[in-house]
Amino acid sequence: MPQADTPAMSNATLKELSAQLAAKACSSVELAQDFINKINILNKDLGCYVTVDAARTLAQAQAADARRAAGNAGTLTGVPLAHKDIFCAKGWLTTCGSKMLANFVAPYDAHVVERCDAAGMVTLGKTNMDEFAMGSSNETSFFGAVRNPWNRERVPGGSSGGSAAAVAARLAPAATGTDTGGSIRQPAALTGICGLKPTYGLVSRYGMIAFASSLDQAGPMARTAEDLGLLLNVMAGHDARDSTSLERLAEDYNRDLAKPLKGLRVGLPKEFFAAGLSADVQKAIEAAIAEYKKLGATVVDISLPNMGLSVAVYYVLAPAEASSNLSRFDGVRYGHRAAEYTDLLDMYKRSRGEGFGAEVKRRILIGTYVLSHGYYDAYYIRAQKLRRLIAQDFVDAFRHCDVIMGPTSPTTAFKIGEKSSDPVQMYLSDIYTIAVNLAGLPGISIPCGFDGDGLPVGLQIIGNYFDEARMLNVAHQYQLATDWHQRAPAVSQG
Amino acid sequence: MALTLDDVRRAAHLARIAIDDAEAEAALAQLTRVFGLIEDMQAVDVSGIEPMAHAQDLMLRLRNDLVTEGDQRNLFQSVAPEVDAGLYLVPKVIE
Repeated sequence: MPQADTPAMSNATLKELSAQLAAKACSSVELAQDFINKINILNKDLGCYVTVDAARTLAQAQAADARRAAGNAGTLTGVPLAHKDIFCAKGWLTTCGSKMLANFVAPYDAHVVERCDAAGMVTLGKTNMDEFAMGSSNETSFFGAVRNPWNRERVPGGSSGGSAAAVAARLAPAATGTDTGGSIRQPAALTGICGLKPTYGLVSRYGMIAFASSLDQAGPMARTAEDLGLLLNVMAGHDARDSTSLERLAEDYNRDLAKPLKGLRVGLPKEFFAAGLSADVQKAIEAAIAEYKKLGATVVDISLPNMGLSVAVYYVLAPAEASSNLSRFDGVRYGHRAAEYTDLLDMYKRSRGEGFGAEVKRRILIGTYVLSHGYYDAYYIRAQKLRRLIAQDFVDAFRHCDVIMGPTSPTTAFKIGEKSSDPVQMYLSDIYTIAVNLAGLPGISIPCGFDGDGLPVGLQIIGNYFDEARMLNVAHQYQLATDWHQRAPAVSQG
Repeated sequence: MALTLDDVRRAAHLARIAIDDAEAEAALAQLTRVFGLIEDMQAVDVSGIEPMAHAQDLMLRLRNDLVTEGDQRNLFQSVAPEVDAGLYLVPKVIE
């Protein structure tokens, strides 16, 4: 019997695990136990998971085996995955990487968790993340930084850094993530895995702790494009409890995987290849574009003239929405309450002052300021107007191309501590991903090479609204022709 | 426009976040950097452009005004810092 702590099993994709379970080559309980064993060995060092609960995981695996024995198994029944700790999961600690919620046991399930559970998937644990998803390095977590499995001195990216590192280190075959300004794609790029941020509204935000509601979107993280599609098939779907959840017919996001790419028009925005892009990243992206040409794609030069403003616009809108969303943490109904206080106002202030970390406080202050009397028009309304210009750039660009390609991140994984003292440097690491959130478009990152230090590079593929099936087709065809997505960090093969 | 310590303290008060002098000084330095980035927005002419509040320009759905959730008070209060007899306890507000 192959075991998860041997390369054969823990390197398996969702698709392969699904086939193994169907063929009764292993049981879900055996599979879960093997991953738990591997997590026990590696997690202390890497910090990918903040909560594991073997008894709960194995009970879910047992139920999945029973369901399979009864002949009711779906494609992913019995297949394990990890959930970012931003998703409420009933009975599980759900901390959002914050001291504020360090003892919060979710009383209900997020829609995403509900759907994964209903598919029979087995939760391996909750993954580490930047506090309230605010960060690009996973260093703002109350529970400590996550180490990049490719190099322990480097960050895994963020905010879904725990999910990305867990998938890269083969401590989970797939994981859920959320992406407000790049938080699925950037960590996927920095850890050499695949991540998909769907069109805004495809996946319900119910039970997903809110950061910036007009931008937040959940999506899958895995090691192949095909696995992203399998997991997105489970995660996406209408939910009346999220007022922005779209009512659309269910679709199979993997339906077009096999289509040849001949005639595909790939747009290359000149703004993605300007100053600030590292030479190694540029080289890997250009090699990927050359591969696409070999696969029959044609390249179109395009421009997104307002993209340069996206970081500024984002750091008005996202903090504004965050300052409103995070006002719910008042120390009354749930979350941290200060031990000492003089009156109600003092209780609020101390509870929030103690419960939130520095980056979260910084963003709440920015948001409060830009929404305050006298500044609302100059900052908030102006940013919303610029958001329309940025979104319109994409509408214009998609008249000339089918997908847009470029780097996911301007650099490979940076060193732990390298950017943590300068918020602006940190914010600029999302320069290629933020505009996609502002427009509400779907984006994928897939591995496409390595830099001189052996750190992975991510290729970003941006699609038009609801074009996930085509984007997965584009990513899958590349993965049939290349093997970057199969490279594994040494620590995962120990 | 330069941000001042008073601006930081005022925002912290509005946001109900306790902040001491050292924290306010540090926040001022970092927020000044961030607003330096944000000021780029002022260079663009935005006259005549409709603000975009949301990724999809959709109307919010209405639902029937029906009870959809049962009583879960005990469950929800199980995660509260301080409760008594089904009530959330806070410091006295009215003397």
